[in-house]
Amino acid sequence: MKQLLTYREIEGKSTGFWILLGGLGVLIALALGAVLYMEHYGHYVTGMSNQIVWGMPHVFAIFLIVTASGILNPASIGTVFGKTVYKPLGRLSALLAISMLIGGLMILVLDLGHPDRLIVAMTYYNFKSIFAWNIILYNGFLAVTAVYIWLMMERKMNKYYPAAGLVAFVWRLVLTTGTGSIFGFIVAREGYDSALLAPMFVIMSFAYGLAVFILVLMAAYAWTKRPLGDVVLFRLKNLLGVFIASVLYFVIVYHLTNLYFTGHHGVERFILLDGGIFTGLFWIVQILIGSVLPLAMVYHPTIGKSRPAIAAAAALVVIGGFAQLYVLLIGGQAYPLNMFPGYEVTSSFFDGQVNSYSPSIWEITLGVGGIATALLMVTIAVRVLKFLPVSLEDSVVDPHAATKAD
Amino acid sequence: MSDISKPKDKARRKFMLKAGVAAGAAAIAPGVFLTMPAPAQAKPANQPVTSSKRWGILVDANKCGDGCNACVTACEKQNGWGAANPSEETHSRPEQKAQWIRKVTIRDKATQHVTTLPMMCQHCETPPCADVCPTGASFKRADGIVLVDKHICIGCRYCMMACPYKARSFIHEDLKNQKPWAPRGKGTVEACTLCVDLVDEGNIPACVDACNSTKGGALTFGDLYDENSEISRELKTYGGKEIRADLGLNTGVRYRGI
Repeated sequence: MKQLLTYREIEGKSTGFWILLGGLGVLIALALGAVLYMEHYGHYVTGMSNQIVWGMPHVFAIFLIVTASGILNPASIGTVFGKTVYKPLGRLSALLAISMLIGGLMILVLDLGHPDRLIVAMTYYNFKSIFAWNIILYNGFLAVTAVYIWLMMERKMNKYYPAAGLVAFVWRLVLTTGTGSIFGFIVAREGYDSALLAPMFVIMSFAYGLAVFILVLMAAYAWTKRPLGDVVLFRLKNLLGVFIASVLYFVIVYHLTNLYFTGHHGVERFILLDGGIFTGLFWIVQILIGSVLPLAMVYHPTIGKSRPAIAAAAALVVIGGFAQLYVLLIGGQAYPLNMFPGYEVTSSFFDGQVNSYSPSIWEITLGVGGIATALLMVTIAVRVLKFLPVSLEDSVVDPHAATKAD
Repeated sequence: MSDISKPKDKARRKFMLKAGVAAGAAAIAPGVFLTMPAPAQAKPANQPVTSSKRWGILVDANKCGDGCNACVTACEKQNGWGAANPSEETHSRPEQKAQWIRKVTIRDKATQHVTTLPMMCQHCETPPCADVCPTGASFKRADGIVLVDKHICIGCRYCMMACPYKARSFIHEDLKNQKPWAPRGKGTVEACTLCVDLVDEGNIPACVDACNSTKGGALTFGDLYDENSEISRELKTYGGKEIRADLGLNTGVRYRGI
């Protein structure tokens, strides 16, 4: 007999819970301290410069923002595409979307040269700038998703949540397209000017979002000792495999196209062959550890059914995602602008040479603080409101599974 | 008696006449000069800038001296950055220090021919920096000068990512001795302003002035929309290329000899 699906707050009384809260709080406090330091002295204390203008904070922030959009997938698949197995995951999925986005935006805003002028950014808009559109898209997404959650949780409003789910689904596709276009619209740099970046970011969001979702789901259910059945978990991990493969496809097409243009051989050679750390991160971390290995693990007949392996595969995708963003963001800036094709260029402003970057502890602390903010929000929310189903075992989630058991 | 006085009176009258004319001329002359059209077209301060002019610079790389940094030093002194202002940016690493204009040396890989040229904000007609700025702080004036409004710059550095010429700099620390006519600030982005404060008073940018003074003569400044200006005539006779012309930005700074 199919069991009823009920949601309940987590108990939140165990020592582990308080240690988690405390730990995340400490990370956030450290991040705010780092921001104060960077703000007071100026960005000279960071590894960023006039050559590498966006650094570690942006790698973390873009990862969180991209993940935020993709982590809404379980909710969207349940609401918009009507897949019953995903429906119980909707509330957690939407909660994570809001939390991750807030974490990412926090990092971005706190790294600004003038975070005190945030109100200026919210009131003066240059609508030709994709950044300006993103400010509207990101804030709108928070509002839309909050409404979506409310409609899911308020029994009387339940019939309206499919509409909200559709709006949220479309909105986040536009949002991620906007995030990818931050780079895709830059004509100046050979690593970026490509229409492919916007859809690639959408697919990356699918992969990172689902990987983080799997990790949070497994941790939440393991630590609260609630049952998490194979039906849900295996559906998620198989879908993760599809997304990893899709990202690989986009990466391959992107590089193949660039390799076809003789003019872009320089930047391709840099990333794929002699860019030092960027080449290493690309082949070993992004491709091997972050894509090929988790893909193999997830689809292996026995390994793919082991929970530690599934968690490990998700974690590897996250690591690969960071590497991908590092190569894209920092690598794209490290390679010099091609102002004089066919010439060797030197100047006092480091023209014509590969630029170096070593992230400072302040930037990394800020980035980690953003992740901690997102996770703290989730931890508190599941304690306070009914986001998590009491049980996600097979008989609750999938009526067909219950029939088989009978 | 009357015979004796006549010659004296004549000399006196002549003197009085000459003195009177001289005094009259001295009184009227300043007024005449003031009302004559001024040789430099200074824009009255209370009138908006119009697009009837477009300011530009022509760089003749053939005349640009290999070891010469006159333009860079002049810009530093005028605008308060760089080696000419050692009190500023003492903590920043070399890669973090601002540079509004720099000398670039290029060597043709095929022919080994070496050229030097100054590189600064190119004051594009369709500036990518203005396109991407979320607040509109990076903007183009009607007369073509691309500037940063320091009041609304939030320091996001997107313009620096977007600039095809790496013309912009971010200020990484507190500044102490800014020039009142060239405001700079920690946490904002800046670049060559085409010495807008000088240009608005009918003068020429510091780099152009310095290059002319050192008899290099590589830089010409003027109104690109005026067919009779020196810069337009030079461009018409000898031509002038944009750097990264394929981007279609129609820069205000043009180069000869590259």
